Amino acid sequence: MIEQPWRQLGLTDQEYAMIVDQIGREPNLVELNMYSVMWSEHCSYKHSRSSLRLFPTSSPRVVQGPGENAGVVDIGDGWAAVFKIESHNHPSAVEPYQGAATGVGGILRDIFTMGAQPIAFLNSLRFGNLEDARVRYLFDGVVAGIGGYGNCVGIPTVAGEIYFEPCYQGNPLVNAMCVGVMPLTRLVLGKACGEGNLVVLVGARTGRDGIHGVTFASEELSKKSEEKRPAVQVGDPFLGKLLMEATLEAVQENLLAGVQDFGGAGLTCALTETASRAGTGIEIELERVPLREADMLPFEILTSESQERMLLIIEPDKLSAVETIYRRWELALAVLGRVTDNGMVVICHQSEEIVRVPADSVAGGAPAYEPESKEPDYIKELARFDPCSLPPIIDYNGTLLKLLASADLASKEWVWRRYDYMVRTSTIQGPGGDAAVIRLRETDKALAMTVDGNGRHTYLDPYKGGMLAVAEATRNLSCSGAEPIGITDCLNFGNPEKPEIFWQFRQAVEGIAEACRILEVPVVGGNVSFYNEVEGTAIYPTPVIGAVGLLEKGEQQCTSAFRKEGDLVCLLGPQRVALGGSQLLKSCYNKVAGSLAEIDLEMEKRMQALLRQLIRKGLISSAHDLSDGGLAIALAESCISGGLGAKLELAVSSCPARELFGEGPSRVLLSLNKNNIGQALKMAAQSAVPLIELGMVSGDVLKICSGGDLIINLDMPIMKDAFEEVFTWIMQ
Amino acid sequence: MKFGVIVFPGSNCDLDVYYLVRDILKKEVEYIRHDAKTIGHSDLIILPGGFSYGDYLRSGAIARFSPIMAAVADFAAHGGLVLGICNGFQVLTEAGMLPGALYRNNHRQFRCEQVYIRVENAKLPFTGAAKRGDLLKLPIAHGDGNYYVPPDQLTELETNGQIIFRYTDQNGAVKAEANPNGSLGNIAGACNRAGNVAGLMPHPERAGTNALGSEDGLVIFNSIISYLQSREVA
Repeated sequence: MIEQPWRQLGLTDQEYAMIVDQIGREPNLVELNMYSVMWSEHCSYKHSRSSLRLFPTSSPRVVQGPGENAGVVDIGDGWAAVFKIESHNHPSAVEPYQGAATGVGGILRDIFTMGAQPIAFLNSLRFGNLEDARVRYLFDGVVAGIGGYGNCVGIPTVAGEIYFEPCYQGNPLVNAMCVGVMPLTRLVLGKACGEGNLVVLVGARTGRDGIHGVTFASEELSKKSEEKRPAVQVGDPFLGKLLMEATLEAVQENLLAGVQDFGGAGLTCALTETASRAGTGIEIELERVPLREADMLPFEILTSESQERMLLIIEPDKLSAVETIYRRWELALAVLGRVTDNGMVVICHQSEEIVRVPADSVAGGAPAYEPESKEPDYIKELARFDPCSLPPIIDYNGTLLKLLASADLASKEWVWRRYDYMVRTSTIQGPGGDAAVIRLRETDKALAMTVDGNGRHTYLDPYKGGMLAVAEATRNLSCSGAEPIGITDCLNFGNPEKPEIFWQFRQAVEGIAEACRILEVPVVGGNVSFYNEVEGTAIYPTPVIGAVGLLEKGEQQCTSAFRKEGDLVCLLGPQRVALGGSQLLKSCYNKVAGSLAEIDLEMEKRMQALLRQLIRKGLISSAHDLSDGGLAIALAESCISGGLGAKLELAVSSCPARELFGEGPSRVLLSLNKNNIGQALKMAAQSAVPLIELGMVSGDVLKICSGGDLIINLDMPIMKDAFEEVFTWIMQ
Repeated sequence: MKFGVIVFPGSNCDLDVYYLVRDILKKEVEYIRHDAKTIGHSDLIILPGGFSYGDYLRSGAIARFSPIMAAVADFAAHGGLVLGICNGFQVLTEAGMLPGALYRNNHRQFRCEQVYIRVENAKLPFTGAAKRGDLLKLPIAHGDGNYYVPPDQLTELETNGQIIFRYTDQNGAVKAEANPNGSLGNIAGACNRAGNVAGLMPHPERAGTNALGSEDGLVIFNSIISYLQSREVA
């Protein structure tokens, strides 16, 4: 028996019945292809939609929340910040350079589609163990692809994070984020507004690349995935840049009624989503789509994911003005059809009507599943592990050096020096710190930005892991002095049809939502990437939080480097830390287990507010978030980046390893002039946030005493070598 | 005094030059499109960095055929000052207005970092505000910066003082470790025989304020301004 065509296209019998029900007849094969891509997990969020509703998505600043190409947040004085993060994991697993490059190109289009000038890229990457040659190939290819696209379009890549865990061996994570700014009045939405308006395609010719890319992204990876190489798109950053310049010019002239980027599911998605959002319909003639290969079939044209294409909605009398602008950038428009008022997407091909489907049904009619959920057995088992049962550390110096030289913690300069992080001359804090800071030329303001996620933490405790990710991202912004104004999330998980995976997902979403509520930072957009599994084995649940913060005065920004000999070194925040899930356990004991430290979100909020106040008042010289590797690593990093040593005295402890390397939230390492300590202590007391003095910035050696014993005594050049040379050595 | 900044499709650093001239140097500046036939009333032409025409085929190889390049060559032939930065340097070598060629970096990677360059000839319109041997801290951001000229031409360039800048360490020593891309003789910038057309791979326009890490780039722009002012007086 021949398999039912919908099953081959990834739709279930039940979903097929829903389609028949929604359109009142059996769909033809072209229509079925459109449903297949739009009802894929990637486009329809059918397993995540009901959970994502938990996120707080509004604040007085939010202009546009989730559901559009990107989120829009008011930053005052008539300006808005626009940002979004997206995954390109599956393509990058098969073809790392193009997979990563098109991830960057896609997120770039999401930003300028809204009318915003892109100002920065960020990325969050995960790979397997670098001892594996294929992992090194993937890592090198992804980095080259990110640089290849970003450098060429002239938008700086300013921040990111990279971790290496065996669970990402065959399924790397490539999450790309873009931030833009615009005058609020320029906002354009992805809506096919106005009956009779023209529906216009601009950009690259449509080819056979990326056909059914979204369905590929909605299944697990396997040995057969290599055969899906044709589902990976190929990027053309030069064309991407021309599209950006021309579109921004047309938006500035107020010539566009609607703009939509062609992302996953190509033309099908652009047509049905813009019509559905506007409550209109669209009629087009398919043969007007400029093709790369003349003999393409209608379903191929409709599902191709060829890059660098945009859909424009234009009032007929503005067409020639728009054409003039695009022609100046050497781009030709193709008028495909018109906006109608009947809610239907109608597609003709060679004078024959081949598609007639309701826009709402294709773009929004997919079912929302409430998958079965079950706590995995490993959770309780791993939580029982007691780190104190491990052999004690004898050589603290060696341990610190080992952590500094671990791929997770070592300097990523080998990576970011391959990205142009300075173009546009606005990067006042580049890669390597807690957050990047970009000044906004037309104002005194600056935007701080960061991406953070810790798969290990979320694996051990998805709920707490979700909270910790939001706490860390916002804390990184506060360390630069910026007030968090919004986040965009990229939720990377395994197959949600497995109850244990869905449980991880739901818990993490609940944790993120709770943290956002208490910290008062809205989620304005994001992306879910499921089916990150190879041969049935899932990655760690890896929610990645992209966060953006506002500095009213860019010049007030703070960095993590120690600045002055004689400054006091202090710890702001609670003492509560744990070794469970820590970098120490992973790097030195090869163990991912234990309980994470408790998080008090109210304390986190008070601490961050206080920190920003200290920075605004100019009372502190440096601030550095304590995260992976704990206090010792933060100290070493502030020493290395500042070129200055420090002398510290820790209180007597039964477990110096926990004091040095334990990890916990709401903690920041400060340095400040000793004349300011009085006022800082007073402010800390008023905010009910602990502030304790640990020592002082001094010389060119890091010295840490614990209960009178000198347990760390390391020269700067030794720490610097351990920290900075790792990747050059591994990747040779 | 007016600066003209050429904009090719794919230029990225056009705006960086524009804002430096407008906001820091406080001089007049205008963009000149690649398809213009004349350079208008500019007193100096800058070819900015970026990826003109995507750097497809070869960096700068397509941009040299832009209509504006004939006007730039004509301007230079009459003694006008032309400065190519990064991709602009590549375009000028492709156009034959500067000697040599810029190959792929020897390590095959794009490189973005702060470097030190040493002024080798301070008697040019581009370096008059410096002294020979002065060090400038400037950023680089390129994948094709590996400068090469054939040996006989190299001798000629050295004799004529056409090598303007060399990469050095922070103490001013020309060393292999301080060479970010494999350039012959650590050459970071060169000029034509007449000394009115110059190119360099580092980005002086990105080093106009300490907020961005260095203001050493101003030395080059201030040299140009002094030169043009003295010419106006003369």
